[in-house]
Amino acid sequence: MKTRHPLALGLALSTALAAALAPVPGLAAGASDSDTERQARWTEIATSIFGDRKIEPTDTLIKVDAPARAMDAALVPITLTMPEKDKIKGVHFIIDDNPSPYAAHFTFGPAADPGELKLRVRINNYTNVHAVAETTEGKLFEAQKFVKASGGCSAPMGMSDEEAMRGMGDMKMKFSGDAQSGKPVEATLMIRHPNFSGMQMNQVTRDYTPARYINKVTVSYGDANVFTMDGDISISSNPVINFAFVPKGNGPIKVAATDNQGGQWQHSFTAPSPSN
Amino acid sequence: MVGRRTGRKPHDAEDGGIARRTARDLGFIGARAVTRSLSRRQAVFGGLCLCCLPSLGRAAAEAFEMREVGPGVFVRCGLHEEATAENADAIANIGFIVGRDGVLVTETGGSLADGQWLRAEIRKRTDKLIRHVVLTHVHPDHCFGAAAFAEDKPIIIGHPALRGALEARGAYYRQRLAEILGADRTGSVVYPTQAVTDGAEIDLGDRTLRLTAHGTAHTNCDLSMLDTGSGLLFPADLLFVNRIPSLDGSLVGWLKEAERLKGMGAARAVPGHGPASVELAPALADLTRYLGTLRDETRRAIASDVPIEKAVQSVAQSERDHWLLFDSYNGRNVTQAYKELEWE
Repeated sequence: MKTRHPLALGLALSTALAAALAPVPGLAAGASDSDTERQARWTEIATSIFGDRKIEPTDTLIKVDAPARAMDAALVPITLTMPEKDKIKGVHFIIDDNPSPYAAHFTFGPAADPGELKLRVRINNYTNVHAVAETTEGKLFEAQKFVKASGGCSAPMGMSDEEAMRGMGDMKMKFSGDAQSGKPVEATLMIRHPNFSGMQMNQVTRDYTPARYINKVTVSYGDANVFTMDGDISISSNPVINFAFVPKGNGPIKVAATDNQGGQWQHSFTAPSPSN
Repeated sequence: MVGRRTGRKPHDAEDGGIARRTARDLGFIGARAVTRSLSRRQAVFGGLCLCCLPSLGRAAAEAFEMREVGPGVFVRCGLHEEATAENADAIANIGFIVGRDGVLVTETGGSLADGQWLRAEIRKRTDKLIRHVVLTHVHPDHCFGAAAFAEDKPIIIGHPALRGALEARGAYYRQRLAEILGADRTGSVVYPTQAVTDGAEIDLGDRTLRLTAHGTAHTNCDLSMLDTGSGLLFPADLLFVNRIPSLDGSLVGWLKEAERLKGMGAARAVPGHGPASVELAPALADLTRYLGTLRDETRRAIASDVPIEKAVQSVAQSERDHWLLFDSYNGRNVTQAYKELEWE
């Protein structure tokens, strides 16, 4: 009953094709799917991302928080919590019923404190979202949550494309808390970028604004990697990522971002350095 | 009751008809409010407000009244609901002005069906040509009635940014509305044929309409009008009364444009949502109190690292009792405000 094509799984999206084949977003399409249908869909997606690797359910290694009903489908705040953070190597985030489900993949580096991650995503449909944690031992653990939202990927932005692209690549970084050697510091990275989904239509040209999205963000502290994120069209415009890092030695904190159309941006921020 | 809560009369003189509503009408509202799981507060609020009268289909929508709120100025109140198949998206205040040389449609309605109803109401009252149709901004509850006036070949007036906004969103709105109403009742996207800039005037012979194209506020294409014939200001959705304002442009910009409305020399206005006409100053004071609270508390949340998912639950909660549909829109408004203000 649902037509999907494997190319639209995300993180390697062929933009024109995805736009052409994207299902017409319905008001509550997907709302009536049975649990069995949802599970079948997840199995299919998981297989295409992880192959035949086993994914175990977990209540302890990763938790996903999202509003049960999105207030703004184009900006749904997601919190991923990984209490046993020393065991976590990376996190995958998947929005099952989005046209391009594989929203983001984070891998953590030595300067990371992978206890918590926050991001903002588009959700196009009533859907399960899955967070899959990858442990340092190479095992996979999943947590899921059901979110009611509609139209997040195709919703037009409140401005022209030109306006939406103004300041593209600008960044801000906010830090909270005092830095103490070995203690994690929370940080918020903000990137100006429209993250066009390829599903936002311009009626005059009868065409879709081509997908243009941040596909990689690398954050490092001094010489040590904090995290690398592979991103896709499901990340909201003007991406904001909350993360934590452990300051050892001196910064700065550096961010390098690229988009799928060859855009490259680098910024350096003075990170709070340990006071002792 | 409402008056005590909000510090003002529930409605102004034009709404005196409420007192004459029958008990059956009010009972009907109560029953409907319960089935829609509205709170008692909202049910009571709704029961007192003629503008909140629900309707079941277009037949019941005939119960809508066009009221003459000024000489030759007719307004119908929209429902304080979301668009449904039953209400045909008749949720905005719409109406028309009859001048010596013709009719100007001040707001077209939320669907082809709503626009057709409006056109029929015009024709009950005058045979004059419908020369002008105003699209006050891009939102579907204000735009989709325009298709009903195609045969009149009017000049379609809009903000310079309206065309671009309709190009970006029109098809999307149409599709979403068609899912609710069906395509045949939804209508097509109608584009402005004349973009107006500040100070443009429309001469209807015995009265003039002075138009203002506003900076980004409620949306990026808000147009207001001042009618010299009645002295009424038509701020459209720059002014919400009773129904919670919805933010889709710029919060800082809206507060700025609200100041501008104050200086336009009008004592009374026809809000985009709410009673057919209100005293401008107190209505603007309520609006700016909400928007100011939204701005200040969102800024505070950002400054103290309250994340967006927490801010949507805490910001502007003191305003909850003052607005209908608060729970449906406030969180979304906070989201809009947060993403605007976090880049300051």
